[in-house]
Amino acid sequence: MSNASVPTPEKRQIHLTVNGVAHTAFVEPRWLLSDVLRHTLHLTGTHVGCEHGVCGACTVLFNGEPIRACLMFAIQADGGELLTVEGLAHPDGTLHPIQQAFLAHHALQCGFCTSGFLINTYAFLQTHPSPTMSDEEIRTALAGNLCRCTGYQGIVAAVRSLIQAQSLDATDEMPALTAGGE
Amino acid sequence: MTTRSFGLPVTRKEDPRFLTGNATYIDDIELPDMLHAAVLRSPYAHARILSIDTSRAQQLVGVELVLTYHDLNVALEPLPLLIPHPALTHPHTQYALAKDTVRYAGEAVAFVVASDRYIAEDALDLIEVEYEPLSVVSPQALDTIVAPETPLLHPDTPNNIAAHLVQQVGDIDAAFANAPHVFQRRVFIERSASQPLETRGVIARFDAFERILTVWDSTQGPISIRNGLAVLFGLPAENVRVTTPDMGGGFGVKIMLFYSEEVLVPLAAMRLGRPVKWIEDRREHMLASNHERGQLHDIAVAMDDEGHILGLRDTFWHDTGAYCPYGIIVPVITACQLPGPYKLPAYYSDATVVYTNRTPVSPYRGAGRPQGVFAIERVLDYAADQLDIDRAEIRSRNFIQPEEFPYDLGLVFQDGLPTLYDSGDYPASLQRVLEMIDYDYFRAQQQEARAQGRYLGVGIGCYVEGTGIGPYEGAHISVDNHGQVHVATGVSSQGQGHQTTFAQIVAEILSIDIEQVHITTGDTHRFHWGTGTYASRAMVVAGNAIALTAEAIKEKAIKIAAYALEVAPEDMELVDGRVRVKGSPSRGLSLAALSILSNPIRYAYGASAADLPTALPQRPGPPLPPGEEPGLELVRYFSPPHATFASGIHAAIIEVDIQTGIVTIPKYVVVHDCGKLVNPMVVEGQIYGGVAQGIGGAFYEHLAYDEYGQLLNANYLDFLIPYASEVPHIEVDHIETPSPINPLGVKGAGEAGCIPVPALMAAALEDALSPFAVQVDHMPLTPDAIRNLIQRH
Repeated sequence: MSNASVPTPEKRQIHLTVNGVAHTAFVEPRWLLSDVLRHTLHLTGTHVGCEHGVCGACTVLFNGEPIRACLMFAIQADGGELLTVEGLAHPDGTLHPIQQAFLAHHALQCGFCTSGFLINTYAFLQTHPSPTMSDEEIRTALAGNLCRCTGYQGIVAAVRSLIQAQSLDATDEMPALTAGGE
Repeated sequence: MTTRSFGLPVTRKEDPRFLTGNATYIDDIELPDMLHAAVLRSPYAHARILSIDTSRAQQLVGVELVLTYHDLNVALEPLPLLIPHPALTHPHTQYALAKDTVRYAGEAVAFVVASDRYIAEDALDLIEVEYEPLSVVSPQALDTIVAPETPLLHPDTPNNIAAHLVQQVGDIDAAFANAPHVFQRRVFIERSASQPLETRGVIARFDAFERILTVWDSTQGPISIRNGLAVLFGLPAENVRVTTPDMGGGFGVKIMLFYSEEVLVPLAAMRLGRPVKWIEDRREHMLASNHERGQLHDIAVAMDDEGHILGLRDTFWHDTGAYCPYGIIVPVITACQLPGPYKLPAYYSDATVVYTNRTPVSPYRGAGRPQGVFAIERVLDYAADQLDIDRAEIRSRNFIQPEEFPYDLGLVFQDGLPTLYDSGDYPASLQRVLEMIDYDYFRAQQQEARAQGRYLGVGIGCYVEGTGIGPYEGAHISVDNHGQVHVATGVSSQGQGHQTTFAQIVAEILSIDIEQVHITTGDTHRFHWGTGTYASRAMVVAGNAIALTAEAIKEKAIKIAAYALEVAPEDMELVDGRVRVKGSPSRGLSLAALSILSNPIRYAYGASAADLPTALPQRPGPPLPPGEEPGLELVRYFSPPHATFASGIHAAIIEVDIQTGIVTIPKYVVVHDCGKLVNPMVVEGQIYGGVAQGIGGAFYEHLAYDEYGQLLNANYLDFLIPYASEVPHIEVDHIETPSPINPLGVKGAGEAGCIPVPALMAAALEDALSPFAVQVDHMPLTPDAIRNLIQRH
């Protein structure tokens, strides 16, 4: 028989658009957005490192803004649009320019923090950072995500190369900023 | 044409799956019908368990199983002691679930399995445990733990001393008695921990019909876990498969035999007949997965007037926590690696390993070396200052010289073998570092800055790292009918890039592209001999095993081709993945054709290769000659004679803001020698990451225990890991002194980066703050602590 002290929470229906795909999910109000992305929608590319909003591994775009999916309940995201790492590469498998830059600059080792860095870099590039930006400024921009493997050197190099590529692109809206899944 | 890759900075084969979110980490694995576990942990650092009432938890809807100690049948004994040592006279390991006493906050007390993790955690709240708190041993001053008035953790262990290890070389008393100068320091490095971004996790599934136990475990040593579980559950080893999925970092903390959950999850899966998953959360990881560092050293050096070391005496206390499941590997390494690149005519090392009511200790990247290096480098800097000798110069005067290798320290290393340095060139490394940091120019800059009220300092740190210890590793290589090469080895990967670097070795030997080489690591069904990924050993031991196996494959391929083409083997060569006749390159067979021919059957089941001969010469006797094995497939092993010794020297220029105590690092340089480089990009990545961890260890990361044994900062808001904004650009240069004791000439590189960082940062702080005459004897130093040093002046 059920114990009265811990009532089973009722599930609610929510709608999420993730990487351009509409999903309906039934979630308990206490379920974290990170858990629902990973275990209900099976989008396991978003990782959970600290589950208290410090490491940034679970960073996703929510209505265009980078957020930490471990600090939001899924039910709070109802009706929202999300971009996760799975939405970056082109559907034909071609890596997104950000992914290519991370590959070229050895910006990952274990890969666990990588999704969060990719999404944060995606958001950062949308602010059109100046190509004359110092390393220190790039490092500050990346200082919401922890990496325990790389010492950040490859990540900084990758982001610098992306800023420079973006500034060379004549068009205002660089194709690099359109996620593959959209 | 084959694209050569060995020795080149090729990008990593494994990266696309990580970059696209398609990697498979332990928590990404979902099995049908799977249940989820959570662990109840002790809130007390030391207490007797009077009673545990699980009845309310068991009644919660969704709860399938609640375990306490008395439910463990096969696991009623303490967990194994991984590495015994004669000096470890009072070893203690914990139970999978606490029996009657808990000895650290976080020790596992009960285990719940439920339909989801949320419900499993709800159930933890319903378990009632009655504790009787006991006196806690958790002082900052480690030397006080052995005092007679200190309470005991383990009643049979006098003075809380787990082990006492003395090693001595030369006549230490004479060296000190006759020395014109003796300098001493007391130095302390606080507790810290690996903190991979992915916590630990275990999944188990048991097939009761076939009696096959399958375990996914984020471990650095899957083969040991497989063998241990087979013994524990009375299963044939073949019936237990342990696989390591992709791992989000390790740095030492993910190797144990066992952590509690590595026993409890399989046990629950077997009992319930359903798959069970347990994923550690960050707080659990900080409380209950092993820690390291935590040593207090009293170090003294005897010197002549020119700064030559006559003798070195080091007495230290090592905090092993509540148990010592990993033996005394860490303090043994400290004792053996403290001498670094220096000649010590006499050396005395006295290590006391003490129990405390804190989380158990096992190696964290660097494994005892950062502490030892901190101790010797601090006393050398101090001696240099006292004798008015330049700090770089005093190092130079004491280096082992390049012509003195092999150089025997006369100490017994962690593998029980001699500490025998195989190669190195320390003077060249130092010269290069001084050039890179522009040492002489810096001194002028420093004066100028000081005139403007800015405090710049330089620090140098030297180390030698024993890497690549045995006993052995092996590899299985098979070439399939399409010419694809499959390699399996026992060492699991935590981000090192094995799928690329191991492939580079095979590609070089078989003269093929790395795209043709596929590496599997850490799956006991693919390869079940070996020990694991630790001690910077994967490239040295598994890498050489892979090289030997690939060489044997090449030899076999040539033999098969020689027979098929009726040419003497010595007249054939392997070029671009094809065995061909020397001087007649059009006559040859591809690896795909040779793979098909290696199986002497009449029909190749659809296999084809463009150059497959339609008829073979008639061979007398059976189709598979006696002693031959079918398949272009072989296993070989490599067992190193002893460790191989990598080395490095780092230097940094720092600036201290004396108002805030904040340190910035305008320049950081590294000269590193890990023998032959298989992939410089990967090696440099290891160094960058290591340095960042070292910077954490110098300025930020420490586990703050109070006197009650409570960990006050078990979260990432209070335990500070450097972000990109705290880590400088790092310049790396390599010196290659190939190791003469393995075929590839390689040495390990995984741990090196973090080792000298606290030592050189302490030196740089003293240098920057020389107007205040500060002494830095303690790491890490937060801005607050740095301001206190300045104000104490």
